[in-house]
Amino acid sequence: MAAVSISNVIKRYGFGPGANTVIHGVSAEIAEGEFIVIVGPSGCGKSTLLRMVAGLEEISGGEIRFTSGDGRSRVVNDVEPADRDIAMVFQNYALYPHMSVFDNMAYGLKIAKLPLAEIKTRVDKAAKILELGALLDRKPRQLSGGQRQRVAMGRAIVRQPQVYLFDEPLSNLDAKLRAQTRLEIQKLHAELGVTSLFVTHDQVEAMTLAQRMIVMNAGRMEQVGTPEEVYARPATIFVAGFIGSPPMNLLDGTADGSRFMVGGQALPLPRPAPRSGPLILGLRPEHAIWGDGVSGNVGHWQLRVDVVEMLGAERLVYCRLGDALFTVRIDGTLPPPKPGDAVPLQIAPERLHWFDPATGMRVAS
Amino acid sequence: MVERRPFLGFFSHVVLIIGALVVMFPIFVTFIASTQTSEQILQVPMSLWPGSELLKNYRAVLVGGADTTGVSPMGHMLWVTFVMAMTIAVGKITISLLSAFAIVYFRFPGRNFFFWMIFVTLMLPVEVRISPTYKIVSDLGLLNSYAGLTLPLIASATATFLFRQFFLTVPDELAEAARIDGAGPMRFLRDVLLPLSLTNIAALFVIQFIYGWNQYLWPLLVTNDEAMYPIVLGLRRSIGAGGDAAVEWNLVMATAMLAILPPVIVVVLMQKWFVKGLVDTEK
Repeated sequence: MAAVSISNVIKRYGFGPGANTVIHGVSAEIAEGEFIVIVGPSGCGKSTLLRMVAGLEEISGGEIRFTSGDGRSRVVNDVEPADRDIAMVFQNYALYPHMSVFDNMAYGLKIAKLPLAEIKTRVDKAAKILELGALLDRKPRQLSGGQRQRVAMGRAIVRQPQVYLFDEPLSNLDAKLRAQTRLEIQKLHAELGVTSLFVTHDQVEAMTLAQRMIVMNAGRMEQVGTPEEVYARPATIFVAGFIGSPPMNLLDGTADGSRFMVGGQALPLPRPAPRSGPLILGLRPEHAIWGDGVSGNVGHWQLRVDVVEMLGAERLVYCRLGDALFTVRIDGTLPPPKPGDAVPLQIAPERLHWFDPATGMRVAS
Repeated sequence: MVERRPFLGFFSHVVLIIGALVVMFPIFVTFIASTQTSEQILQVPMSLWPGSELLKNYRAVLVGGADTTGVSPMGHMLWVTFVMAMTIAVGKITISLLSAFAIVYFRFPGRNFFFWMIFVTLMLPVEVRISPTYKIVSDLGLLNSYAGLTLPLIASATATFLFRQFFLTVPDELAEAARIDGAGPMRFLRDVLLPLSLTNIAALFVIQFIYGWNQYLWPLLVTNDEAMYPIVLGLRRSIGAGGDAAVEWNLVMATAMLAILPPVIVVVLMQKWFVKGLVDTEK
């Protein structure tokens, strides 16, 4: 096991003024045995960052350092992937098509010239963990998607690496299998306790798997934190809109004491805004209180219902707040509102998020 | 065929059978002629039943014996041709595999330039560059040698291009996975790319073996020693330059049969590989 320290890492393609910078100085400290998820929309540089940790992509600037359990620390910028003591699971699994499952898992160990008995023990152990025992003689094309995925994981496990790297390993699976594999990965991490970096664009995967997550956008790190922190206190507008489903309502307006002017409406605030002037107000759909049954220090807003979606346990109500769109999530057992209805909404003060429209940063309230 | 009409099925079979017969007939005549005596052949019309001289004719052709034309035994020529065709086929595959590997998997200055240089040579068949090539081969003292026969024919833009296209379809992740597994470039080539290219290699081998086997113009230039004649040249020589009467057509036909045989064997043997490649496509 190793701790990974990424300091001010830059990735640039090309040289000189025409160079295209895709990662602008990312820094993160990953503790030994931690499960870190790097999440972001496609093209945000999350896979590139992972590939730089793997050594498949050159590092244009900054430093990546591995510190192993015995305190030995080394900069791996110029170390070949095979010598970094890592294992990687690819999105399309990258199994060798002409080799059996056993050979796929054993290939790296054979190259490392491990004794055959040792290879066999390790592969058998991994096969047992992943329930691949009966499939060891099969070729990858005779396996289902989920089984292939498990072989790819097996190939990583047998190497007994310091760090696991996962590059969107679940995106080729169907929804049910994805949920199931997610649980398996969680269990596996609990069992093996190896430092893991997991790249995904899926926020559900990120929230469920991560001990801490790194939210990335356009080659920059937006926030690092536990899923709870990222959900409860998004550091930027981007994080606020990206994490959470359906996304947070963001109202662009002007604060004036305990009123918020948006789309020609003055919304009463339960607590004065942190400052006056242009601000962005954020409120999650699940945090708006439907109706006016709560007493105490709450704000009262009037919404007009546009569309209602039934999701089973809950309903999504798309409303208008003056000119602005506003989504509310309500319990599925509540009587459904009709389009055109005017509905009162109550706002608890601790549920409001404030952002600076100029910098996009969170404004502490 | 999508439609199931008995008449159409019958009709297409008739066409196929007629076509096959038309193609087979000359080979059949060649075989019949090779079993007769030279007098029997010259009868008009020639008998279409096998004669009695099968073994005698083939023995004469292979090891010499009743030889009036002064042409050396074909056994040795078959061997020369076999070595030549094998060297060309194996050499072409080896070289183009390696150059395609370099072009696809390594980043070096002038990579594209070299690829296009190779590609451009597609436009220059052996015949176009034959005089300068002859000059070089003769200056190097390679006339009448296997090296002279095969080396100039080994470089192949077509095969390089084919392997390049195939390598481009192999997912990058495979190379990356191998890199993480600690396989160096040559190890990756041997353990991953080579097994995946096997059906391609088999196909190329057949094509190039036949290409090498059928070479006529080039061996004609670089050999003047009978010991280095390939079979096609020998065949031509056995017909002779003189009058018709001197030619022992039965022996010529036997030689022709022998010249056809090895390519046919290669095709038949390799056909299994094609079928295998088609049945279990490994993706």
